[in-house]
Amino acid sequence: MANVPLDQGLLLAAILFALGLTGVLVRRNLLFMLMSLEVMLNAAGIAFIVAGARWAAPDGQIMFIFVLTFAAAEVSVGLALILLIHRQNPMLDADAGDRLRG
Amino acid sequence: MREFLWLVPLLPLIGSVTLMLGAGRLTMRLAGTIGAVSVGLAAILAFTIAAGFLTNPPAGSVYQQTLWHWLNVGGVSATFGLRLDPLSLVMMLVITGVGFLIHLFATEYMEGEDGYGRFFAHLNLFVAAMLLLVLADNFLALYTGWEGVGLGSYLLIGFWWRDPANGLAARKAFIVTRIGDTALFLGLLLITSHLGTLNIADAMQHATQSWPIGSPIATLAAFLLLGGAVGKSAQLPLQTWLPDAMVGPTPVSALIHAATMVTAGVYLIARTHALFLLAPAALLTVGIIGGATLLLAGFSALAQNDIKRILAYSTMSQIGYMFLALGVGAWDAALFHLMTHAFFKALLFLSAGAITMRLHHEQDIFKMGGLARRLPVAFWSFLIGSAALAALPLVTAGFYSKEAILSGAWAGGTSGRVLWLAGVVGAFMTGLYIFRAVFIVFFGEEHGHVSGRYGWRITTPLAVLSVLAVLGGLIEVPPVFGHVTLLSNLLAPVLPATKEVTDITPLLLASLAALLGIALAALFYWRPTQRPAETPLWRFWHAAGGFDWLYNRVLVRPVLWAARVNSDDFIDSFYDVIAWATKAIHQQVRRTQNGRVRWYTAGLAIGSVSLIAIAVLL
Amino acid sequence: MTLVWLLLIPGIGGAVAWMAGGRHPNLPRRIALAVLAIDFIIALSLIGPAMSSAIPAGHAAWIASFERPWIPQLGISFELYLDGLSLVLILLTIALGFISVVISWTEITDRVGLFHANLLWSVTGVIGVFLALDLFLFFFFWELMLVPMYFLIALWGHEHRFYAAIKFFIFTQGSGLLMLVAILVLVFVHQQTTGHFTFDYLALLGTKMNPTMAFWLMLGFFIAFAVKLPAVPFHTWLPDAHTAAPTAGSVLLAGILLKTGAYGLIRFVVPLFPDAAHAFAPYAMTLGVIGILYAALLAYGQNDMKRLVAYSSVSHMGFVLLGVFAWNTLALQGVVIQMLAHGVSTGALFILVGALQERIHTRDMRQMGGLWGSIPHLSAFGMVFAIASLGLPGLGNFIGEFLILLGSFQVGVPLTVIAAIGLVAGAAYALLLVQRAFHGNAAPHDETAAKPCDLTAPHLLVMAGLFLALLGLGLYPQPVFDQVAAGLAVVQHDGTPSTGPTTQFAEATP
Repeated sequence: MANVPLDQGLLLAAILFALGLTGVLVRRNLLFMLMSLEVMLNAAGIAFIVAGARWAAPDGQIMFIFVLTFAAAEVSVGLALILLIHRQNPMLDADAGDRLRG
Repeated sequence: MREFLWLVPLLPLIGSVTLMLGAGRLTMRLAGTIGAVSVGLAAILAFTIAAGFLTNPPAGSVYQQTLWHWLNVGGVSATFGLRLDPLSLVMMLVITGVGFLIHLFATEYMEGEDGYGRFFAHLNLFVAAMLLLVLADNFLALYTGWEGVGLGSYLLIGFWWRDPANGLAARKAFIVTRIGDTALFLGLLLITSHLGTLNIADAMQHATQSWPIGSPIATLAAFLLLGGAVGKSAQLPLQTWLPDAMVGPTPVSALIHAATMVTAGVYLIARTHALFLLAPAALLTVGIIGGATLLLAGFSALAQNDIKRILAYSTMSQIGYMFLALGVGAWDAALFHLMTHAFFKALLFLSAGAITMRLHHEQDIFKMGGLARRLPVAFWSFLIGSAALAALPLVTAGFYSKEAILSGAWAGGTSGRVLWLAGVVGAFMTGLYIFRAVFIVFFGEEHGHVSGRYGWRITTPLAVLSVLAVLGGLIEVPPVFGHVTLLSNLLAPVLPATKEVTDITPLLLASLAALLGIALAALFYWRPTQRPAETPLWRFWHAAGGFDWLYNRVLVRPVLWAARVNSDDFIDSFYDVIAWATKAIHQQVRRTQNGRVRWYTAGLAIGSVSLIAIAVLL
Repeated sequence: MTLVWLLLIPGIGGAVAWMAGGRHPNLPRRIALAVLAIDFIIALSLIGPAMSSAIPAGHAAWIASFERPWIPQLGISFELYLDGLSLVLILLTIALGFISVVISWTEITDRVGLFHANLLWSVTGVIGVFLALDLFLFFFFWELMLVPMYFLIALWGHEHRFYAAIKFFIFTQGSGLLMLVAILVLVFVHQQTTGHFTFDYLALLGTKMNPTMAFWLMLGFFIAFAVKLPAVPFHTWLPDAHTAAPTAGSVLLAGILLKTGAYGLIRFVVPLFPDAAHAFAPYAMTLGVIGILYAALLAYGQNDMKRLVAYSSVSHMGFVLLGVFAWNTLALQGVVIQMLAHGVSTGALFILVGALQERIHTRDMRQMGGLWGSIPHLSAFGMVFAIASLGLPGLGNFIGEFLILLGSFQVGVPLTVIAAIGLVAGAAYALLLVQRAFHGNAAPHDETAAKPCDLTAPHLLVMAGLFLALLGLGLYPQPVFDQVAAGLAVVQHDGTPSTGPTTQFAEATP
């Protein structure tokens, strides 16, 4: 397997993470925020893999699998919550949910 | 009998406690009996002890009785002890004797009053405290009696408690005298600290041994004691409470504010005369205060229309004479005048009470008039009392005692002569103001209807006191009239001797002044007169020189103002500021917690970035 | 072991009273009375001279002691010591606790069990404070006594009770924090110099430290105790707490809790930091004098009777502060008498205010007046205790004030003179209270209301008992002096520097 230089891999991870974060911050729709979160998680995963490859250690890939599982769990719970919120708030506007009232 | 000395103050105390516990359950008759009999028994006991003391005097003319050890701590010890010597003997006899007569008078005078039992409970308490004051052998017990009489005075001035004015007068009396008491208290601290004992006799002895004459510390101690004395004895500058104290029942005025309590200051100075002899400046001040007070009070008495206020100012004035006597070193004369004054002033107050009780407690002399025919008993008693007060030559007790004071002053050098002059002017004023009252009250036309007879409980005390006011002076007669020295012989072991004066000039001049005063009063007031016009001068003397006005402006009002303005305690507002600041910060910080997910995310991101930045860069 | 029982009996009694509250409201009252009576007898049995055995050398003043390791890793032990001073204060505590139960019989009808539990626990905490010599244990009891008192105010109080309870708690807790910090630093300093980590008071005595450090630590302790005392300017919690507290709470607060402040000053501040305390003494005495006069002025300006009594309490505690830092036998003995007499007289006044409020439903003196006519017994006792609190000779308060001022006279004449003005001020507000409440015309609104009934037998007995106690203190205080002398001598021995203020007096005594 051709080695991807560490710098480039981390740069990709950072750009992806920044994109995801921007998405979370600027989108008001909960669905898009969830998707942006996924991007951030995967950016972290890339960073793990690149780092693991650099030191030829399996830990990075193990962590990535871990992150994947988490992401799956998070999506399922998150989607369920979004579905529930959708009944109250069809626009799925995150800012409209600043009151802890049903 | 001497060993029963402790019973003398205890008997009235038992009477008082009994009456307090039985309040509301005792009949009026029983309450009056308990009140009068307890003091009567004390008087009998006191006279028995006195008889034993005179016929068979104890060694050194002092009898000590230690009741119990009060406290012994940190090098200070005080016993609860009594000391009977000629000085306290005279005081004890006056207090129990005159006290009993006044109690007897009061049983009839106060009949039908609400709180009859309470009256006697407080009166007995007062007598007990007064006896403790004069019999105490140490300063702490003396101070206990000293404050106890103050309490009795407070309770009895405010006896008719429903009227707020009485309460105000009572509080004024207590607080003004307490200012003096505080000076006395500081004097006690000074004496205890520097002489190491609370025992009066020991302290005097130590003082004489260790302090040279005129030393600052002796002077300071003497001035502090003097502060206590002027408060209790209503002398300048703490005299303002006495006229107001007249709102109390008349027997109270007779007992407390004429015969006994107000003379406590005289007793105190006589008791601690050794200290005052070490402090000539203080002793001179005593004389000057006496002279100034007797003049101020004499003039003020002339501008009063209320019979009791006239008598109150005359009391102040007569105590001024006693202070004057102390100031010139005529110790015997001061005690002598104290004694005769107790007789004739009690007589005057009681006869004034006998008059007002027939006039529905009207005290304005201009609403009386022509009472000589209607109330002969009161008239004759008041006349005898007035004659004694004005020192009518030869036939009254007041003449002999005042003469003793003035001749003592005459012999007292330059300052003595000045004080003597004040005394003579005072004698003139005394004759004038008291006979002004006599003529206005008893002569002229009658106003309104007066009726009723007096029972024996009123006439007996008046009769006995009248006799004493006439004959009481014969125990001490100057050389020109036969030279009797019973009292000064008795007091010789405890008080320094006074210089004999054989010169007859001062005596004649003083007698002349008194007679002139009486004559002038007859001239002005023999015929019915109108109420005096309220000229500024009259108002000035009516207000006794405006001391009340001054004290109100300078002391009372600022304190009241401060108390009112600061009733919410400005210090608390500092803590309120802290609480307010905390709340304000809370309000600001709370706004960041707005429930918006994206706001939190941004915060999280910025926080993490800055933390990492700090970790990396630093 | 007796000392442990002294603590356990009210502690367990409180729990029992709480549980019994469900069965019958009178049950907790009876239990509380019984528990306190037993405790009182136990305490009485301890009266006597100090034992010399089982006592560390140089501190032969202890009457009884109890010591077990508690958290040995941190040098904390369960260490109780009793000397004459603690004993008198404990006797006062239990007696006033007993009286609090009696006078709450009709006043408290809600959650009776819990009320008495809190009352007993509060007493337990105070007894613990007076006994504990391990600083950690002391702090533990110091906090322990606050919590039940907080509940007494917050649950059974009058208007503004939550405000008052929280204010009380924050003041004492905040100042307690300062003390905790000071304790910890003291312990660490001690460890640095000796290598021994301990909270034991007896070991910490005489710890060497530089003067600046000693000053700050002393200040930490001082502020904690000054807030509790309370000394001006830390007093503002007291009137609010008193006004809101139920009668029993006021009695405990004024009668006992305030005394823990004075006790702390005598037991900890002065012996632990003698030099710093000595340097600080003039300022502390000045604070005391300011407190005497300032609180008297405030008392004079109040319309609420309970606030008046509360401020008078602050004024009296000014005398205590003055006496503690005058720092000689006379003043310290005076402080003890003043504490006892103040506990009794102020307690009695609070009981009377409570009884009055129960009858006419107000504490506002503008709506009173002329009560002597309708309730003479209550009014008579009101007057008696008002007069006691102004320091009439023959009653206990006078002895206290006399000895304190005599003691402070040896060290600071100007301060003593200014403090003596407090005697006049005391007369002014005490007599004003009598005038406005009991004398004068009856208030106009009374006409429609039913005539209030006078004091009942239990109250009369309590009042008579308290009065006799004051009379005893005033006329024969010697037993108290003798009991506490040994304990105070230790304070003095540790505290007085070579140029101590007492020497002047000793020389003057022939």
